[in-house]
Amino acid sequence: MLQQVSHSAASNALAVEAIDLVKDFDGTRAVDGVSLAVPPGSIYGLLGPNGAGKTTILRMLIGIIDPSSGTRRVLGHERPLEAAQEVGYLPEERGLYPAMHARDAIAFMGALRGLPLAEGRRRADVLLAEHNLGDWAKKPIRTLSKGMAQTVQLLGTIIHKPRLIVLDEPFAGLDAINQGRLEELIRRETRAGVTVLFSTHVIAHAERLCESVAIVAKGKIAFDGRVDDARAKLSAIVRLRTRASDGPWRSAIPAGARREGDEWVFELPAAGPEPLLRALIDGGAGIETLAIERPGLHDAFVAIAGSAAAAAMGQEKA
Amino acid sequence: MMRFLRSAFVIARRDFGATVLSKTFIFFLIGPLFPLLLGGVFGGIGARVATQTVRPTVAIITEPQSFTAIATARERLAAATSDDTVIRIIRFDPEPDLAAQQKRLLASRSPPIQAVLTGWYGSFHLAGDIHKGDPTERQLELILRSAEMGMFPGPPVHVQPTKRMSPASLVKDRALTAQLGEMLLFFLTILLSGMLLSQLIEEKSNKIIEVIAAAVPIDALFVGKLFAMLAASVVGIVVWLSAGALLIQAVKSGGVQTLPPPAVGWPGFLILGVVYFAMSYLLLGAAFLTIGAQAATVREVQTMSMPITFGQVLIFGLASTAVGSPNSPIAIGAAIFPLSSPMVMIARAAQEPHWWPHLVAILWQAAWVALILHLGASMFRKTVLKSGPRRRWWSRKSVA
Repeated sequence: MLQQVSHSAASNALAVEAIDLVKDFDGTRAVDGVSLAVPPGSIYGLLGPNGAGKTTILRMLIGIIDPSSGTRRVLGHERPLEAAQEVGYLPEERGLYPAMHARDAIAFMGALRGLPLAEGRRRADVLLAEHNLGDWAKKPIRTLSKGMAQTVQLLGTIIHKPRLIVLDEPFAGLDAINQGRLEELIRRETRAGVTVLFSTHVIAHAERLCESVAIVAKGKIAFDGRVDDARAKLSAIVRLRTRASDGPWRSAIPAGARREGDEWVFELPAAGPEPLLRALIDGGAGIETLAIERPGLHDAFVAIAGSAAAAAMGQEKA
Repeated sequence: MMRFLRSAFVIARRDFGATVLSKTFIFFLIGPLFPLLLGGVFGGIGARVATQTVRPTVAIITEPQSFTAIATARERLAAATSDDTVIRIIRFDPEPDLAAQQKRLLASRSPPIQAVLTGWYGSFHLAGDIHKGDPTERQLELILRSAEMGMFPGPPVHVQPTKRMSPASLVKDRALTAQLGEMLLFFLTILLSGMLLSQLIEEKSNKIIEVIAAAVPIDALFVGKLFAMLAASVVGIVVWLSAGALLIQAVKSGGVQTLPPPAVGWPGFLILGVVYFAMSYLLLGAAFLTIGAQAATVREVQTMSMPITFGQVLIFGLASTAVGSPNSPIAIGAAIFPLSSPMVMIARAAQEPHWWPHLVAILWQAAWVALILHLGASMFRKTVLKSGPRRRWWSRKSVA
């Protein structure tokens, strides 16, 4: 009994928790035994190629659809819709009523989450002005550009000051400037204690923003943990250029090393850089350049999810 | 529960505003007024033309004193029946050549004279385009007899007003009220609830359904949409009924008060009419919303609308069996079948004075509204959102 209580207390501490979620669509398994633990106040990324199951996981987590099996808990609620007033959600496919004015669209999204309409309109005016859209507040959504409409929808997602913000591919369709603004908005919200859970197929965004990531491939979680831990799964890469082409120093080069032009490229040996350096100097290699590169999230992703999944991500750069 | 109702209210407020404040709602409001307006205008013109052309005119060649009695008798007859049907009479002074005068009058085009009356009491002579037993001749005979008796007025008739009608006419009149009430309910429902078929297309096509489904229960979305359209329909009905009542008031002497009285009385009947319209709208609307929610495009909705309209006509046919025999087994069955129940019960209100069946029926219908909405929302979650575990009817395996 005592154990159950302490487990419950631990679970309640998490902003989002999923245990063994499964989702089948017409006999096809889209999500297969996904478990997640999102700490409060963190930026947590779901990283994976299109079709990996990220959107389905998010939709199950916030209660749009129920899983075929498994459980989930959002802000302590086993039924996610019970926490709806404390959650903000930006779907992958943006949707607004075209005839609605921008401020009304934002206030309506707040009203859906329990914010009184008048207060929603007041906050919408402030937010729109902050995002240089004050002049568009009383214009119909259909007259806004795509970028403006996306900003309006994003503001509608945070208008009610949620404790958890869920963003599905939030950077899709945004130009570089707006992507930067969105990244800053996400950081600002987390500084205020808000938890941000977002999906992306762009590794650079996850690398820049996330403290923790879940790498999703073919409906399964291939990795779940801190970004540094993902990188730590790979050894550092050594890039070496020498003046001497041969000599006793060659015995210090690991067996798996490869040549890239006039460079040797190999994983840093487990003993670290000092023994390597000593062997190269003593062996008369004549070190011209030596660089030790920490692996990026992309390298970790390739190692974890496979090169096919990485190729599917499209190698998109932010 | 409060959160559910608040969510439904947010949806309803948005939908009601988007519907009523749109330019197309003006067309929605004035559309049904066109037939009323045209009917009124052309009916009025037709009636005037009919009055001028059909009502026969009889020329009476006599002295002014004699004509006064005849004209008074004619006015009495017109007041007792209707001025539209009583012949017109015009006096002409006798001329020396009576035959020539008769011939000239009968040839007159302005006004067109059907017959010419000459002579004195006891010996009248009627000439013209007329035959024995002609309505003009009969009316003239009544007028002349009345004019003759007017010189010796009979005893006054004491009138004692009573509301009691003869059983036969009461049953007939109430059946007429029942039929009218039922038809009105049917046409208002068929005209207005069809809009609900396409209610979810907008949300599905502009993808906002995802935002809504993440924030409120689908049941609240359905309830909000249903009540928003009911409210918009009630706005339309208030406008149309007001215009209709004004028209009846304008064209019919005595106005709506002359319509046959229902068994529960006019105030009760009108209250039940409003309640049963709401129930009929909610029941059919909930069914339409459920069916329409499955459609992905406007084309699919259009394809669905014909068989649905046909189904409504069948339901009306079932409900019609209740008129005249509200306690027959088929009428009771139609009252129990939820989709025909409101129409049957409004017909019953016209014919039966008891109130308790209405209370039972309203609760029954409300329960079905809730059930259909819940089923519709569940279907939407299952088939459109693809939510929840896959369950087969032969498998009761529950999933946490």
